[in-house]
Amino acid sequence: MSDKEPLFSAKNRKLLTNPLGSDNPITIQVLGICSALAVTAKLEPAVVMTISVMAVLALANVIVSLLRNTIPSRIRIIVQLVIVAALVILVDQILKAFAYDVSKQLSVFVGLIITNCIIMGRLEAFALGNRPWPAFLDGIGNAAGYGIILVIVAFFRELLGSGTLYGFKVIPQAFYDMGYQNNGLMILPPMALITVGIIIWVQRSRNKALIES
Amino acid sequence: MKALRKFLDKKKPLFQKGGKFAKLQSSFEAFETFLYVPNITSHSGTHIKDAIDLKRTMSVVVLALIPALLFGIYNTGYQHFLSLGKEVLASTPLMDICIYGLIEILPIIVVSYVVGLGIEFAFAQMRGHQVNEGFLVSGMLIPLIMPVGAPLWMVAVSTAFAVVIGKEVFGGTGMNIWNPALVARAFFFFAYPSKMSGDIVWIADKADSFSGATPLAHAATLVDATGEAATSIYTQHLSNVWDMFVGLIPGSIGETSTIAILIGAVILIASGIGSWKIMASVFVGGYTMGAIFNLVGANAYMELIPAWQHLIMGGFAFGAVFMATDPVSAAQTARGKIIYGFLIGFLAVLIRVMNAGFPEAMMLAILLMNTFAPLIDHYVIQGNIKRRLKRVKVNA
Repeated sequence: MSDKEPLFSAKNRKLLTNPLGSDNPITIQVLGICSALAVTAKLEPAVVMTISVMAVLALANVIVSLLRNTIPSRIRIIVQLVIVAALVILVDQILKAFAYDVSKQLSVFVGLIITNCIIMGRLEAFALGNRPWPAFLDGIGNAAGYGIILVIVAFFRELLGSGTLYGFKVIPQAFYDMGYQNNGLMILPPMALITVGIIIWVQRSRNKALIES
Repeated sequence: MKALRKFLDKKKPLFQKGGKFAKLQSSFEAFETFLYVPNITSHSGTHIKDAIDLKRTMSVVVLALIPALLFGIYNTGYQHFLSLGKEVLASTPLMDICIYGLIEILPIIVVSYVVGLGIEFAFAQMRGHQVNEGFLVSGMLIPLIMPVGAPLWMVAVSTAFAVVIGKEVFGGTGMNIWNPALVARAFFFFAYPSKMSGDIVWIADKADSFSGATPLAHAATLVDATGEAATSIYTQHLSNVWDMFVGLIPGSIGETSTIAILIGAVILIASGIGSWKIMASVFVGGYTMGAIFNLVGANAYMELIPAWQHLIMGGFAFGAVFMATDPVSAAQTARGKIIYGFLIGFLAVLIRVMNAGFPEAMMLAILLMNTFAPLIDHYVIQGNIKRRLKRVKVNA
């Protein structure tokens, strides 16, 4: 440990903040789209999903990073899968024990965290070549970048589709009496895709550097 | 007219570079070219000279829509007074019927144009583009495929969605994948199903006891009906083919009258703007599928509805003439047009009969085939290239 650097050096801080904006896993790398479409009809599952992914990704990153010098590169994918699968089962069981309703809503998608491209992507691209602490930050950062998009999408879908936020009614009854109706299309998966598309559109028109030629 | 020209010429410098309102240049230009054929000519390359331009093309389509619109206005009043009783209808003068319809329909048209054009102008300003003409037609098509009682704010939201997501994200008129008017209807259909289906929405302000289901909705109930029940549904609601052809049935504003639509079709074909290949092949496709169902006859819907009746029910004719022929989203090649049209008709009847949840299947069929139109064109062109290559080899 000759090149001792502070825990939150500028480089490490970047690992946390980049995925939130200019290197977002969903809007820039376009990974993890399937679960983003599936669990964003309401805010609550979106938040729980974010926390689950964060736990799995951060821990998997750390474990793979610790083992990075002992994993034979020819079988590394299988080793990574085993690690991720173990963590996913752990998260799934914890959810079932302490948040049964949400775990029922998320149903198969907790199990499918294992196939979430963000996780395999980060393990391959980052954890295999970095020390545990940066790998941990990278996991937290990417999961947060994934989560922030999930929450934004879920916010609009729940608000416009069900008139609620996190299960609480926010659109007053008076609106409904005047003829307002919830937008049924918002609940359907296509609208999640369109909302993600709009986020990408807004992000790229604000930050021209992201536009591909 | 001269005064108008003079006025425009006087104001023009204000909107040009360096002028006071230079930022609003594209808006000014849109109005000017709407009123007058532009006198700007291209300077380079070879160009085909033709008096017609995009704005004039659009005007012809709007003209072709007028019969359907006028009939829609009359029918709205007619259905309203009919729901109050046959005697009321008989004692109401024609003028009152039309005025009632006008009061119901005009706001929808105004909302559609104001919202749509507003967004178009805003985008043109923001991007520094010219204002696209395409909305002149979409703005007229959208009201015609809305149910009579559609709340205005829902029309506004659907129109905004159609213009932004259906068109502007792809780059505006000429770049859209789907027909924008149908995107508006699809949005409406899935977002607010209670205002777009069932039997309460098709007649404005009707008497409570009166059922206002469209013939298509009645037909959909045939799927589960058998024997006596099925025959009685048919004779009660579906046997009056003449009314269906003329259009005196409940339904979206402009889609009910096959006659009015056919007048529009004649205008479109005569002026060369609508493709007769698409229109004809849509009808052939619908008839073919209907005939297949007649042969199979697995349920009362397939058995009792003759193939030709599919062509005059619901939005089939309207979709075939005005929606499927949209030059942007339709197939471009001659053979592609025929395949595209045939599949639209074929799928529309297929969905209609097989899935009671979507009685108005024309919208879905056209949107689906819009998606596949470029693929069809690709294979038609590839096939053509292959065929001609072979000829070259034989000669050599």
